[in-house]
Amino acid sequence: MANKDNMKKVPNMPPRDEKDVPNQFKDLGIEMPQGKSAASRRMRVNPTLRGGHGPGPRGGHRGPKMKMTDDIKALIKRLIWGYVVKPYFARIVLVILCIIASAVVSAASGIFLGKLIDGYIMPLATAVNPDFSGLFRAIMVMAGVFLLGIITEWLRQWLMITLGQGVLRDIRNSMFDHMQSLPIKYFDTHTYGKVMSHFTNDTDTLRQLISMTIPQTLSSMITIVVVFVSMVSQSFWLTLVVLAFVAFMLFVTGKIGGVSSKFFVKQQYSLAVVNGYIEEMISGQKVVKVFCHEETAKREFDECNDELWENATTANTLASVLMPILGNMGNFQYAVVAIAGGALAVAGAGITLGNIAAFLQLSRNFTMPVTQLSEQVNSVIMAMAGAGRVFQLLDAESEIDDGEVTLVNAVENADGTLAETDKRTNVWAWKCPNAAGGYDYTKLTGHVVLTDVDFGYTDERRVLHNINLFAEPGQKVAFVGATGAGKTTITNLINRFYDVQEGTITYDGIPVKNIKKADLRRSLGIVLQDVNLFTGTVRENIRYGKLDATDEEIIAAAKLANAHGFISMLPDGYDTVLSGDGSGLSQGQRQLLAIARCAVADPPVMILDEATSSIDTRTEALVQKGMDQLMQGRTTFVIAHRLSTVQNSDVIMVLENGRIIERGNHDELIEQKGKYYQLYTGNFEEVE
Amino acid sequence: MIKRIAGAIREFKVYVILAPIFVGLEVFLEVLTPYLMAQLLDKGINVPGGDMGQILKYGLLIAACALVSLIFGACCGVATSRASAGFARNLRHDMYHKVQEYSFANIDKFSTASIVTRLTSDVNNVQQALMTIVRVLVRCPLMMIFALFFCLRINGRITLIFLCAVPVLAVGLFILMTHAHPIFERVFKKYDRLNEVVEEDLRGIRVVKSFVREDFERNKFKTASNDIFHEFVTAERILSFNRPLMMVCMYTCQLLVYWLGAQIIVNSGGTEMTVGTLTSFMSYATQLLMSLMMLSHVFVMITMSKASAVRIDEILTEKGDIQNPADPVMEVKDGSVKFKNVNFGYGRTGDGRLCLTDINLDIASGQTIGIIGGTGSSKSTLVQLIPRLYDVTGGSIEVGGVDVRDYDMTVLRDAVSVVLQKNVLFSGTLKDNLRWGKEDATDEEMIHACQLAQAHDFISAMPEGYDTFIEQGGSNVSGGQKQRICIARALLKKPKILILDDSTSAVDTATDASIRRAFREEIPDTTKFIIAQRISSVQEADKIIVLENGQVNGFGTHDELLENNEIYREVFMSQQKGGGDFDGEQG
Repeated sequence: MANKDNMKKVPNMPPRDEKDVPNQFKDLGIEMPQGKSAASRRMRVNPTLRGGHGPGPRGGHRGPKMKMTDDIKALIKRLIWGYVVKPYFARIVLVILCIIASAVVSAASGIFLGKLIDGYIMPLATAVNPDFSGLFRAIMVMAGVFLLGIITEWLRQWLMITLGQGVLRDIRNSMFDHMQSLPIKYFDTHTYGKVMSHFTNDTDTLRQLISMTIPQTLSSMITIVVVFVSMVSQSFWLTLVVLAFVAFMLFVTGKIGGVSSKFFVKQQYSLAVVNGYIEEMISGQKVVKVFCHEETAKREFDECNDELWENATTANTLASVLMPILGNMGNFQYAVVAIAGGALAVAGAGITLGNIAAFLQLSRNFTMPVTQLSEQVNSVIMAMAGAGRVFQLLDAESEIDDGEVTLVNAVENADGTLAETDKRTNVWAWKCPNAAGGYDYTKLTGHVVLTDVDFGYTDERRVLHNINLFAEPGQKVAFVGATGAGKTTITNLINRFYDVQEGTITYDGIPVKNIKKADLRRSLGIVLQDVNLFTGTVRENIRYGKLDATDEEIIAAAKLANAHGFISMLPDGYDTVLSGDGSGLSQGQRQLLAIARCAVADPPVMILDEATSSIDTRTEALVQKGMDQLMQGRTTFVIAHRLSTVQNSDVIMVLENGRIIERGNHDELIEQKGKYYQLYTGNFEEVE
Repeated sequence: MIKRIAGAIREFKVYVILAPIFVGLEVFLEVLTPYLMAQLLDKGINVPGGDMGQILKYGLLIAACALVSLIFGACCGVATSRASAGFARNLRHDMYHKVQEYSFANIDKFSTASIVTRLTSDVNNVQQALMTIVRVLVRCPLMMIFALFFCLRINGRITLIFLCAVPVLAVGLFILMTHAHPIFERVFKKYDRLNEVVEEDLRGIRVVKSFVREDFERNKFKTASNDIFHEFVTAERILSFNRPLMMVCMYTCQLLVYWLGAQIIVNSGGTEMTVGTLTSFMSYATQLLMSLMMLSHVFVMITMSKASAVRIDEILTEKGDIQNPADPVMEVKDGSVKFKNVNFGYGRTGDGRLCLTDINLDIASGQTIGIIGGTGSSKSTLVQLIPRLYDVTGGSIEVGGVDVRDYDMTVLRDAVSVVLQKNVLFSGTLKDNLRWGKEDATDEEMIHACQLAQAHDFISAMPEGYDTFIEQGGSNVSGGQKQRICIARALLKKPKILILDDSTSAVDTATDASIRRAFREEIPDTTKFIIAQRISSVQEADKIIVLENGQVNGFGTHDELLENNEIYREVFMSQQKGGGDFDGEQG
């Protein structure tokens, strides 16, 4: 059924995260050989070799170690029990019953041949007046047995479909579910390709395991037992002969299989190198053209391509030689059994012609699952490595959210108190549980205060030191400073993408860590420099900011962001489908869309992180006018390197090396004649 | 198309021819075995007292067959794997080399991801297809023919049972496959969608989190995931009848053979048929029907790999639309550039929208030209025409007094160095990257270029200096550092024309100014084009081009433009008071 399996392979999987392939072998204790070609050496595939130095040649490589460690046992238990057996218990019991039935039927078919010969044909042949009614009855009984076999086989397949696909779906869904709950830090430390490969590579190996390996292993094991019993019932001595032969076969398979898997690993490695090379070079193809680097690129590619070819040839050769060897060993065994059976029959050891004929069939049914089983070991190990990585994702710690304060829309009563409402009122309130068991409402004004904040992405290195800042309600606060000065980091602390190590951040007097993260973030509209769009229409992309936005609201937001003009020029206007992260749009247009997306959300507080960096200054001025109008009376944080963007802010903070070195409005800072003044007047020499 | 792709087999053709021959011999011996087994049973065992001599004779014959068949099988295995691995290698080689000949327009047509997929998984699919074609497509029909031949030799009447069963199974399988196949095709698309959801979610995780759209994304994923589940289940449910159908045919044959066979044996007294041949019929039934089943799977697989073949073919047949002229000019005289009535549109042969219309410019060698224009005003397009990265749709461009289309492309592009807006560093040491500009550059040359690009200081400050390893895409250097390395790389070419396409946007103003000063002092003879957002970057240029909607709106010096160009004045005013901006390099 190898072909059926191939059909299920998905051809359009995005390129794998090549860097992971060797890593996956590393998990199994397999050391990767280093490639010979210059290009393959250039591709630093093995992450453990990452350091300042180029990787040197590694020592001799060992074959794969296939020891069942306790880890793997625990993994199997977790995967098989948690995702397969527990949710699908009844189904599995049924499947096992079906497998047993099928195995019995196929064994019965062999035994029946013996019975037919010994019990009917031989006696009938010597009978004077042959009566076929007995034979007819026997055949009818057999037909009934076969029918049972067919039904159980079909039932098994039918049950396995929803089981296999269901398990995969469950794993996929819980992976994605969990992924959504992970903190930003996780995504900082795990590359996008690596996480992606959990959904492609790793689930792919699991699919193999669940829809192929497990059912086949189960059925092989059951068949072996059933057929073994049947064989013994036919002839003890011949069974011994078969067993001896099977042992020999396993030995040969083990030998060739061992060598072949070593080359298979090598092949995977050079495949990873080639794929990595292709990916890197094709991404930079325009640069290749500009530098007339085509010939070198061809040469380097040919080098790693040839290396892959060599390894692939060896690996494939060994694998495809193994198949006819096993097949013909079966025939060889046939001969051995026939000779042995014949000898026993001649010697008068009580073996009949029927016995031998039946035995020949049974022995086939016996060796096949044995070799199949031995082949499964490899894929189990591979799948376990995949499962291990899937569980690594599932075990990653979720974002902790112990805030109790939530965000609600409110109406202001005549006496100045606030009351909760379902309508969008443009008035928001923080709903805090109080000691009395009721709720207190605090009006959201956008009063953000950072007190003595220290922060570092790792505990060793702090990137922000002693930050004290306050944004009065309705102010426009700007951060300026060099790349890496910590501007973006401050905004990431306000929305709790990261938590501060020391100091406190309060929002309308409430410590941010008491606010439920979802509500905190809903109160902050953020536009980032790097725009991420989603596959879907322009309209859907803007609607991302507010899922129930009407078409009018969307158009209004687009107009405000000055995006309406270019959207109308697109082939299908707002219904133009964007794909590949909006690849058809310019960076500036993408930024305009991101602003519209945020504007439609109509957030009480907004953070613009280099949100207009790719928009030309004329358009930017127009966008800014719209934004200022929207954010009238609301707090806005702005990060920009362009002067024109920050100039009209209420307060400007100048950051350097993670510290705020100057603060004030534009005029005050010019007055101070400090860093801001120097940058502003372009008086570089003094700055340097 | 198939012919073109199959052509890539080249030096491995001999294996493609050898493999079916080996397969044929292997199959013949395999089919012979049940026949010999029947002889053994009949002549060796089913005789009074048994005949050990006959048993040994046939037993050893069977063993010999197995051994020879094993050898042929192994040979076939070697041949097919050599053929398929070699084929894949040649195919990748052809495709990659073809892509190297692509112009920018060709590259734009295919996305990077699609080229990568075609070079990797599509080649893999086609390789698998070749392997199965050579093996299964030859093996199975042969096996069926041989098996039928032996059956006919043993007993014509019983063979009739098989002759009935084969079409029944064939039609059944055909119906199942044609129903399931389109669903599988759909499943693959759904998989793409699923991956797309994950990919976009990962890339935009900050957007997702800041809009608190985790549940929205979860639902999106769940929908895609359930879609796959349902489609898969539907398709596999159809296929789940495959094996039972096979078993029905198989068992029916078996029972009929038993019933009729027993009667024939008994009635003819073992002359027309024997017990031994009866058992061999069982083996033949298996061989026949299994072969048919394999064939049906293979057909599906081949139709599926056809899609891959089509995608590969698209790469191979794409015409590189910029070719070297027949008698190329091999030297660029100087850095003068002349645009004559240039029109340009990305659509082929100018039927699409024009991005540039009626551009006329005359630029003397050694001048510095600034280019200013709004988002989407085709600034990049304009400069990319100079090194002939695209061909003009109308009009002509002359470099050094010669039409760019008359130059040898390498010569032209070596003389015209572009620092692209979206620039890329490659994994390798810094030196490796710099050598892209000049393969045999000495350390001194590299240091000099880096000094000009104001990159030397920060490179020297790195622990390993010029031997620092740059990760793929230059992810371990900052944006501003990357831009300066890219400029240094372009400078190493010692170009006659240097084009900076918004190449200092992440570099702080002070450094930007130093770079421009270095250009002015150190490479005065090189014509320099500088595209920028900041007026300060172009202010001191000899001439400034103001582009608006693909047309030259103004062309003159800073002062002239301030005087008479409204757009320029507006841009200037909006940036006016700011002598610079704040995005400097740390430290």
